[in-house]
Amino acid sequence: MRYLPLTDQDRSSMLDSIGAGTVDDLFRDVPADLLLKDRIDGLPTHKGELEVERLFADYAGRNTPAGDAAFFLGAGAYRHHVPATVDYIIQRGEFLTSYTPYQPEVSQGTLQYLFEFQTQVALLTGMDVANASMYDGATACAEAVLMANRLTRRSRAVMSGGLHPHYAETTRTLARFIGFDLVECPPDPENVEDLADRIDDKTSCVVVQTPDLFGHPSDLTALAEACHAKGALLIVAVTEVMSLGLLTPPGDMGADIVVAEGQSIGNSLNFGGPHVGLFATRQKFVRQMPGRLCGQATDAEGNRGFVLTLSTREQHIRREKATSNICTNSGLCALAFTVHLSLLGEAGLLKLAELNHARTIQLVDRLAELKGVKVLNRGFFNEVTVRLPKPAAGIVDSLAKRRVLAGVPVSRFYPDRAELSGDLLVTVTEMTTDADMDALIDGLKEELQ
Amino acid sequence: MLQESLIFEQDSPGSTGVDLPDLPDVGKPRLGGVAQRKSVGLPGLTEPEVVRHFTRLSQKNIGIDSTMYNLGSCTMKHNPRLNEKVARLPGLADIHPMQPIETVQGALALIDDLAEWLKALTNMPAVAMTPGAGAHGELCGMMAIRSAIEHRGESRTRVLVPESAHGTNPATAASLGYKVDTIPVDKTGRVDLKALTKMLDSDVAAIMLTNPNTCGLFERDIARIAEAVHEVGAFFYCDGANFNAIVGKVRPGDLGIDAMHINLHKTFSTPHGGGGPGSGPVVLSEALAPFAPYPVVTRKGDVYDLVESAEGETKNSFGRLKGFHGQMGMFVRALSYMLSHGIDGLRQASEDAVLSANYIMKGLSRTMTPSFAGPCMHEALFDDRFLKGTGITTLDFAKAMLDEGFHPMTVYFPLVVHGAMLIEPTESESKETLDQFVDTLNYLAERAKAGDKAYFAGAPYYAPLRRLDETAAARKPILRWTEDEALRNAAE
Repeated sequence: MRYLPLTDQDRSSMLDSIGAGTVDDLFRDVPADLLLKDRIDGLPTHKGELEVERLFADYAGRNTPAGDAAFFLGAGAYRHHVPATVDYIIQRGEFLTSYTPYQPEVSQGTLQYLFEFQTQVALLTGMDVANASMYDGATACAEAVLMANRLTRRSRAVMSGGLHPHYAETTRTLARFIGFDLVECPPDPENVEDLADRIDDKTSCVVVQTPDLFGHPSDLTALAEACHAKGALLIVAVTEVMSLGLLTPPGDMGADIVVAEGQSIGNSLNFGGPHVGLFATRQKFVRQMPGRLCGQATDAEGNRGFVLTLSTREQHIRREKATSNICTNSGLCALAFTVHLSLLGEAGLLKLAELNHARTIQLVDRLAELKGVKVLNRGFFNEVTVRLPKPAAGIVDSLAKRRVLAGVPVSRFYPDRAELSGDLLVTVTEMTTDADMDALIDGLKEELQ
Repeated sequence: MLQESLIFEQDSPGSTGVDLPDLPDVGKPRLGGVAQRKSVGLPGLTEPEVVRHFTRLSQKNIGIDSTMYNLGSCTMKHNPRLNEKVARLPGLADIHPMQPIETVQGALALIDDLAEWLKALTNMPAVAMTPGAGAHGELCGMMAIRSAIEHRGESRTRVLVPESAHGTNPATAASLGYKVDTIPVDKTGRVDLKALTKMLDSDVAAIMLTNPNTCGLFERDIARIAEAVHEVGAFFYCDGANFNAIVGKVRPGDLGIDAMHINLHKTFSTPHGGGGPGSGPVVLSEALAPFAPYPVVTRKGDVYDLVESAEGETKNSFGRLKGFHGQMGMFVRALSYMLSHGIDGLRQASEDAVLSANYIMKGLSRTMTPSFAGPCMHEALFDDRFLKGTGITTLDFAKAMLDEGFHPMTVYFPLVVHGAMLIEPTESESKETLDQFVDTLNYLAERAKAGDKAYFAGAPYYAPLRRLDETAAARKPILRWTEDEALRNAAE
């Protein structure tokens, strides 16, 4: 077996030196009736690289990758171009095969990029500080509600109907087990809800997304003021982090905590994971943050370096008194994010965000001309909701057969809401070509005839 | 070593490392009344500058590719590049989680096949695939346990956790509102069965036990523990962090456990990536399976489907744990590892991991102090008795290892012995490397005993940085770069 360096000769000489007869002597603490004498039945034996590659080519071949279709899906996972440099850097063994930087003297590579990542996330969101990443946007959102409950000593969160359903459901799961109340607003495809009305003196936080699930960006300044007037916090979720290159950041609108899905920068779709959760807040709240934090430090010779810090919040020190049970972050996905954003830089990010928006405008104008199709958005970044006269799911399935992946039917999230069955979420990015747009428009025309 | 400045200190305004197509002329932006952002504050660098920056940073890191990285309980084993290659196939990496189900049949089949492997290796009837990491898996398993208890109309308030447990265990139980009671460890490094039996009553929801435990030992009384736990109607959660010691040798399902998470990055070698991403599927007993989180992959003949809410068969599901369907990228790598090893290779890997740990334990017993009598499983635990009277600490000893080219072991964990040093070589090291490691540590231990305190206190000398002051960093945390001169100067 190519991955195992010990030879049979090594094994027997090592057993000799230990003073054991067979390797099973080393397993003697396992009750005899529980130790397997033979291989487990029904599982194959080892395979060479070539055979394994063939098996995975078969799995891959039974999927339709985005690159083989005219592709318009978003709804929390976005297809953007990832420069070749990103993948080269994250595959360097020193990054790929290292662990949590417990020994900072030999982990400055990881620690410095985490410090850069935290700074980039703080800048993007318009907040003071960010942590070293979470599992994904949905779990970051749930953790933000817990943090708001701790900070306000209240236990009722108001969730917008524009919040991604997975973020809402993940938070709902924690609410049930941890014991706090949720006020969940109904899905809001036309962006008309009034959240300020829902805040009272028991509200710990309002969770709102921008652009929301249906693609509407919102100015949240007034909502932030309404929250603060009642002693509640404003949590802003962003599922399309690329939008922060074009839109006023949540921090400038008064957000107290910003959570985001960072996948759009540097990371592939990966069928939904792994992605990278971003988590940013105000300086004054930092000691109630979940997750790892990297901080600046000085070595014995006075050189600047970086370390994991404020770990007295964390489970490995505080055990049952920790702010969260989280241990792992999304280290390598955070590195991909940081490398990609370093390549983009100020000029690249602003232009790329503008390009996404401009290309979306082009498609929106064409969609709006289609008979029977209504675009629900007045404003948008790169995603809109299109209301069709027939169930969107059927149209999507039908278009998929001609290699048009037309978008995400809202009914996939809300199967029980008949009033949303015609709604389709359509996303355009820099990856979308004119030919893709033609294919979608032609396909929709035919389906709606 | 040359100091590498931050990207923010390398800014040349206007520079970029990407060349983008020209913007089409579409008139004014349509942002629905939200003002357009004029600046972010990011630095501008070209592609060569970015490549050099991150390459230089990488050179300040060590990984399992560079050297033996024997962090106990973390399992730093070889990361085959084949796994990276197949994870990047467009048919697996470039697919969207909400594509029509017919267009992702291969992805669903892959998840289902991995699930079948996990069930077969553990002899458990069900597995929840979505948790994002080990600690997330613990949360999943404990939520299933609480759901099952509530389903039978009970409420229980206590969870028992051994003092040797990972910090995530008590943190998980406490986050779900349980009172955490600590089970003492006996003189052999195992759960004190008598004490445990006394603690068990009808108010106990679960016991959370790691097996093999964090002292590197197999819990000999495991079957009796499971029996006692079940007798009072409680559940047995097993922390599967150390499953890699027993794959193909012992099936956790045969031990009477009800739930166990499997860290794919530990046992099945998905890369640790500087701290993630992880993936933590949880195998579940019949009693817990109905409460597993959605989404769930289902299969009828050759056709796969995805259940994304609590309905039908999943009507008792406790809900959703994260966005989308789990850590697909990690699933691909783990399955590639399994298929490459096969059941013969997986069993051999466990045996080699245990053999190597015992070889190290034997080799270091001459100079260092093993905490408990062997044989150990896949990791060997030492404490700091051998440093007694030298004034040298476990941390000093670990830092001196850096200069010898080895990543240190896990230090100060588990908490049950003083100045713990937990060494996990894994199956990936050759005998030559193991011998070199043993010789190096014996040399250091002898040097320490000879009273060379100043040397150890000053280590490391040859790492990219000298010892860092973590206490000062926590006292006045600087968590981001800023243009604010005053703040930067305060740190320098």
